Amino acid sequence: MKEFTPAPDSASIVSVTDRVKPVTLGMGVTSVHFLRDRAAFVGGEENVAFVDAKGEISIVAVHSGGILSTASDGKRLVMGGDDGKVVSVDAKGEVTLLATDPKRRWIDAVALHPDGAFAWSAGKTATVKSGKAEPKSLDVPSTVGGLAFAPKGLRLAIAHYNGATLWFPNMDGSAEFLPWAGSHLGVTFSPDNKFLVTSMHEAALHGWRLADNRHMRMTGYPGRVRSMSWSAGGKGLATSGADTVIIWPFASKDGPMGKEPAMLAPLQARVAVVACHPKNDILACGYSDGTVLMVRMEDGAEILVRRNGTPPVAGLAWNAKGTQLAFADENGDGGLLEL
Amino acid sequence: MPEATSPKIPVTVLTGYLGAGKTTLLNRILSENHGKKYAVIVNEFGEIGIDNDLIIGADEEVFEMNNGCICCTVRGDLVRIMDGLMKRKGKFDAIIVETTGLADPAPVAQTFFVDEDVQKNARLDAVVTVADAKWLSDRLKDAPEAKNQIAFADVIVLNKTDLVTKPELAEVEARIRGINPYAKLHRTERCSVALADVLDRGAFDLDRILDIEPDFLAADDHDHDHDHDHHHGHDHHHHHDHGHGHGLKHYHDEDMQSLSLKTDKPLDPNVFMPWLQNLVQVEGGKILRSKGILAFHDDDDRYVFQGVHMMLEGNHQRKWKEGEPRESRLVFIGRELPEELIRTGFESCIVS
Repeated sequence: MKEFTPAPDSASIVSVTDRVKPVTLGMGVTSVHFLRDRAAFVGGEENVAFVDAKGEISIVAVHSGGILSTASDGKRLVMGGDDGKVVSVDAKGEVTLLATDPKRRWIDAVALHPDGAFAWSAGKTATVKSGKAEPKSLDVPSTVGGLAFAPKGLRLAIAHYNGATLWFPNMDGSAEFLPWAGSHLGVTFSPDNKFLVTSMHEAALHGWRLADNRHMRMTGYPGRVRSMSWSAGGKGLATSGADTVIIWPFASKDGPMGKEPAMLAPLQARVAVVACHPKNDILACGYSDGTVLMVRMEDGAEILVRRNGTPPVAGLAWNAKGTQLAFADENGDGGLLEL
Repeated sequence: MPEATSPKIPVTVLTGYLGAGKTTLLNRILSENHGKKYAVIVNEFGEIGIDNDLIIGADEEVFEMNNGCICCTVRGDLVRIMDGLMKRKGKFDAIIVETTGLADPAPVAQTFFVDEDVQKNARLDAVVTVADAKWLSDRLKDAPEAKNQIAFADVIVLNKTDLVTKPELAEVEARIRGINPYAKLHRTERCSVALADVLDRGAFDLDRILDIEPDFLAADDHDHDHDHDHHHGHDHHHHHDHGHGHGLKHYHDEDMQSLSLKTDKPLDPNVFMPWLQNLVQVEGGKILRSKGILAFHDDDDRYVFQGVHMMLEGNHQRKWKEGEPRESRLVFIGRELPEELIRTGFESCIVS
């Protein structure tokens, strides 16, 4: 393992730290997104902070409590709160109340479909709202850990205890259960719609090849995987949870079965969050010690974006064109980098 | 690392069989004028309604961990709720988890041992069990859950003492002591107990495992200053001569017991540690709680440990004080404990 102490005059690594426009939000941040050309920093509670390219901050109130879950399609954010509400905010900062849980239960998970449909969960119930149709709900056997829409068709993946459920909300009786022992917390489809991957409560991912539901075990992490990001074109799945970025190969029809993952950008800190560039084989990663790097996936070459020495990085995002990177740590200190 | 070390939020687990008075105690805690804000995780909304506090509904989803350890169960819903609550850090001072009357406290406690994220932000403070003075004796006969809750407790609030006679009270206390002589016991009517007696106990704090002497019934209810120098002569000298390490066990519970071990001879850490690890691996299903203060050979530091079923945590605590007797003491509370096996194993760890 390579030791990495970014000294101010270190010549061993390219640094762009001087080109980062610092952003001080003064609120805990849980995730970062881009809505058109503004960065949106989602707070731990109540607010979303929009930051434009000049670094100007405008705060928008979205929830009356903690913000538990966020999904983005680049045009708007959909969020679930501990106030029992599902709320969206668009690029202009306009807030819309989408749904309220009748019992005001926590909205634990949300998902957003490219065509505008959205889904949320409270307890064991997942609900999908598509266009003008009435919302449709499905109860799974235990509390929903995560939600994701398939890239094609209106199909929802619901992660829960002992597996995941795939469901076409417009087809009655279509729920299909993919079993795997353990608690599944996050879920994502590969962009080619061939694989489903869950992040588990234990330090592992689990995957299914959807053609035949074959299992893929992705283990060996020292910590829980909280961040997953598909590389451009869906060739690899970059993940947090270790002291390197772990990238599982998904280019072949067998996915990562029988293959070793790539391990890039080792530091003496845990990778907390990853975000792949939307067009090129580059990723940005944030660590538990506050470091932010950009990494070329082909050869692992690193560029330092932010030095260590702060709370863990809480969120990272590229804009749609891949020309801007935004990040923030758990205390709300972050930055914008124009490439 | 220059990471900001914010203090961990204390978590009190409130258990008790149906009707014992958990909700009464909870309301008492919340309504008292303490200036603190609590996040309360309950199973049913309803009778609790204090505006200032966060009330969160839970489902008591008990998950098995995929680590090959059969009794290693955690509360999956608690992991999720803790994660959500941490987004509102600073909005509350402490967390109270109320379990259902039929719940086993172990998965709640184990959640705080195994989950990395939970551990980072919160610490288990104590398991507080509310027991009904009138009905507990019956429940101990027919409800294994009630027995579990007594065995697991750090603090027992023996409630509704006004509904029983003095001999009945003595009887139920003796039954409790037959299972768990180590918990702090408070006799109450309508759960009127001082908050300091149930909150911020540090029962799982290794630095505060100082006192693992039985909490004698003779001790006055208002005497909580860990005055443990008297009372235990019996234990000291007759330890090896009879089956049970403490003197007040009027009742021997058929299937739930405590076992205490003591020696003033130093232990060999190279024998003791593997022995203890193996013991909880093999017998962890039976051992609900374990605690120990250990004096190792050639070691000037006290070693302390505690465990829940198969999970153990331990550390060197501090130097032995001058004049302080270098004794090792261990306590196990559990179901059908293999007493002879444990005793012989322990003896073999003593440096000869």
